[in-house]
Amino acid sequence: MHKLVESKMIVPNIFLLTLEAPAVAREVKPGQFVILRVEEDGERIPLSVADWDRVKGTITIVLMNVGYTTDKLASLKAGASIPTVVGPLGNPTEIDKFGTVLCLGGCYGMGSLFPIVRGLKEKGNRVVAVLEARSSYLFYWEKKFEEISDRVFYITRDGSRGYPGHVGRLPEIIKFSGESVDRMIINGCTFLLKRGSDVSRESGIKTIVSLNPIMIDGTGMCGVCRVTVGSSTKFACVDGPDFDGHQVDWKELLQRRKMYLEEEIVPLRTSRCEEHKKESR
Amino acid sequence: MSEHQTKKLDMNRRGMPKQLPEVRKHNFSEVALGYPLEIAVEEAKRCLQCKKSNCVSKCPVEINIPEFIQAIAEKDFSSGIRILKEKNCLPAVCGRVCPQEEQCEEACVLKKKGGQIAIGRLERFLADWEAEQTKLEMPKILPPTGRKVAVVGGGPAGLTVAGDLIKLGHGVTIFEALHRLGGVLFYGIPEFRLPKVIVSREVEYLKKLGVEIITDYVVGKTRTVDSLLEEYDAMFIGSGAGLPWFMNIPGENLNGIYSANEYLTRMNLMKGFLFPQYHTPIKKHRKVAVIGGGNVAMDCVRTAQRLGAEARIIYRRSRIELPARLEEIENAEEEGIIFDFLTLPIRYLGDENGWVKGIEVIKMELGEPDSSGRRRPIPIKGSETIFPVDAVVCAIGNSPNPLIPASTRGLEIGKNGNIIADEETGKTSRERVWAGGDVVTGAATVILAMGAGRKASRSIHEYLCSPGNW
Ligand SMILES: Cc1cc2nc3c(=O)[nH]c(=O)nc-3n(C[C@H](O)[C@H](O)[C@H](O)COP(=O)(O)OP(=O)(O)OC[C@H]3O[C@@H](n4cnc5c(N)ncnc54)[C@H](O)[C@@H]3O)c2cc1C
Repeated sequence: MHKLVESKMIVPNIFLLTLEAPAVAREVKPGQFVILRVEEDGERIPLSVADWDRVKGTITIVLMNVGYTTDKLASLKAGASIPTVVGPLGNPTEIDKFGTVLCLGGCYGMGSLFPIVRGLKEKGNRVVAVLEARSSYLFYWEKKFEEISDRVFYITRDGSRGYPGHVGRLPEIIKFSGESVDRMIINGCTFLLKRGSDVSRESGIKTIVSLNPIMIDGTGMCGVCRVTVGSSTKFACVDGPDFDGHQVDWKELLQRRKMYLEEEIVPLRTSRCEEHKKESR
Repeated sequence: MSEHQTKKLDMNRRGMPKQLPEVRKHNFSEVALGYPLEIAVEEAKRCLQCKKSNCVSKCPVEINIPEFIQAIAEKDFSSGIRILKEKNCLPAVCGRVCPQEEQCEEACVLKKKGGQIAIGRLERFLADWEAEQTKLEMPKILPPTGRKVAVVGGGPAGLTVAGDLIKLGHGVTIFEALHRLGGVLFYGIPEFRLPKVIVSREVEYLKKLGVEIITDYVVGKTRTVDSLLEEYDAMFIGSGAGLPWFMNIPGENLNGIYSANEYLTRMNLMKGFLFPQYHTPIKKHRKVAVIGGGNVAMDCVRTAQRLGAEARIIYRRSRIELPARLEEIENAEEEGIIFDFLTLPIRYLGDENGWVKGIEVIKMELGEPDSSGRRRPIPIKGSETIFPVDAVVCAIGNSPNPLIPASTRGLEIGKNGNIIADEETGKTSRERVWAGGDVVTGAATVILAMGAGRKASRSIHEYLCSPGNW
């Protein structure tokens, strides 16, 4: 059992969870993920690790509430325990001295991006962080990013902070900043990964994306996380989760992510009703 | 002995009661119901107790078959189970899933006349009899040796090693990647063929013997083999063959195309058939095609049918080449599974949302025998047709998982990603590391995995008694 040490909503619908998982905390590196189960009869879902404390044996996860299991997880209070936290899984993000690295993060990806930025800085890179959200109230950890990055830019859909619009503004930002970017790393929802890769393709900047397809075991056994990269099929859990964003078949990936949308949403609606019924009884 | 030889041969191989096909194809309960006591005794009495027992030499773990059958004939079931368990620690499992027709029963002298003793059913009978007894006989455990063994993987190979070594007084810890033990027995083989309570019972038994079990632990990721070896005196790797193959034909990544592992895992490990009570979703499909002809394919196709689909097997050779257990092929036929033999998928067709809606196949004919000795299937030009489907399960095989090989120094790996281990001892190229089961042989059988575990535990014990003597 893994104790939930801390749980709080940091921005609407996004939660920060700190869990006891000493074996994971000891080994985890930037870019890796865990598979977790909330209850004995629960499904297994992958979540990126956003931070860790090797001494205390804890890991931190930034969770967006999108389906049955994430909802369950988000509703747990500190002190509760969950049966499975297994990892660290996947390959760590490649961190080396690249020169100037543009790190682009959105929604829960701002969390998992943070240790990557930290690792890149430790290796002596120049890091330009670009954070993207619908509106200014959806940013979190800005201070942490500002402290360790060389520069931080913001993009909001509604223009309430930084550049108005979406990642399409990236070329302008790069131009304005005068930086010559050697590599780009993107963490976030699949749309951000795709659009970010589209943008950088034109300027020929090598772009690494952290994919987040559906997974069950996370060790290469089930193959549900397969993605087409270049002309071959890869398993995101063991071959990734990081891939060259210019090689990923985005159309296929977006379709595969939607496979269980209906099943995810239906219990979200119905299980709630049952709880109300129970309470009123 | 002579008494048997003079008495009239009873060639009536006793049938085993089963759920009726019409009933069972709609439920997930076990198909075969097991021998009632009287029938088991009758069947056991048919055994000729041959002096030179071919059945024993055809058994990968050399169970003393005539002796346990004799015990059943004499209704001395507790002796029977003891004899069985001397050589096989998972009789309830093997009695259900071993391909007896290629092993012990194949060698039975009564086979020529179609009356071979139902050894598997008798094995199952004894194991089920034992499970019903309130007092479980606990084996003798030797005094602690102070030595510690890490077992990687909780499948039949790992469970065998753990059971053997704990009885010899060694400390044993099983590290399992998933949240349940049993390996394929748990996540792969469905409930209707191998009830999960049986697997759980075996695991509980090992716990009672003192085996430490750590689940949710991926060796090679959570901790490397190298690092574990600093803490353990020896290690056995029984991590199985869990990496699914696909055919690499166009459209294979469409939604609704599963690996057998995914399909069965959703069903068995995650209990998808109880969705939404259990939370792992499984789709309701109407027309499911399963590619392949082994046990895995039979399990998938029968699962699909039980979930309400029209289910078919697509197999590129003919019926006699089907590698599945004969009993399961017959069960599938009785249940109304459609078989398309000599048929090879060549591409999948998708709808506008990326879901599979059809499978294009080509007819095959059998040519000259290939390296496996089976006649090679050859496509017949111009025979392409399209089947409408809304799901496909690809059950064409697995190879060993690369996580451990990729993260371990000095471990020799074969060309299929399998760990190379000595056939007699299970020793790998890495000192203090043994391996066995599917990770060494590629996907094989439960009994072979157990046999490999048995050999390795013998060798590990020898080593632990005189360490330094690798
Ligand atoms: C659907 C299906 C039906 C089958 N039917 C039959 C049948 O009827 N009869 C028969 O004899 N055989 C059958 N088989 C084959 C048989 O199940 C296997 O040959 C046997 O289970 C192999 O045993 P094993 O111990 O080597 O590996 P497995 O049973 O595969 O167990 C390996 C275990 O190791 C774990 N593991 C893997 N990697 C790691 C890691 N890095 N760290 C920790 N743990 C790890 C896995 O999670 C798994 O639990 C079937 C197989 C399948 C898939």
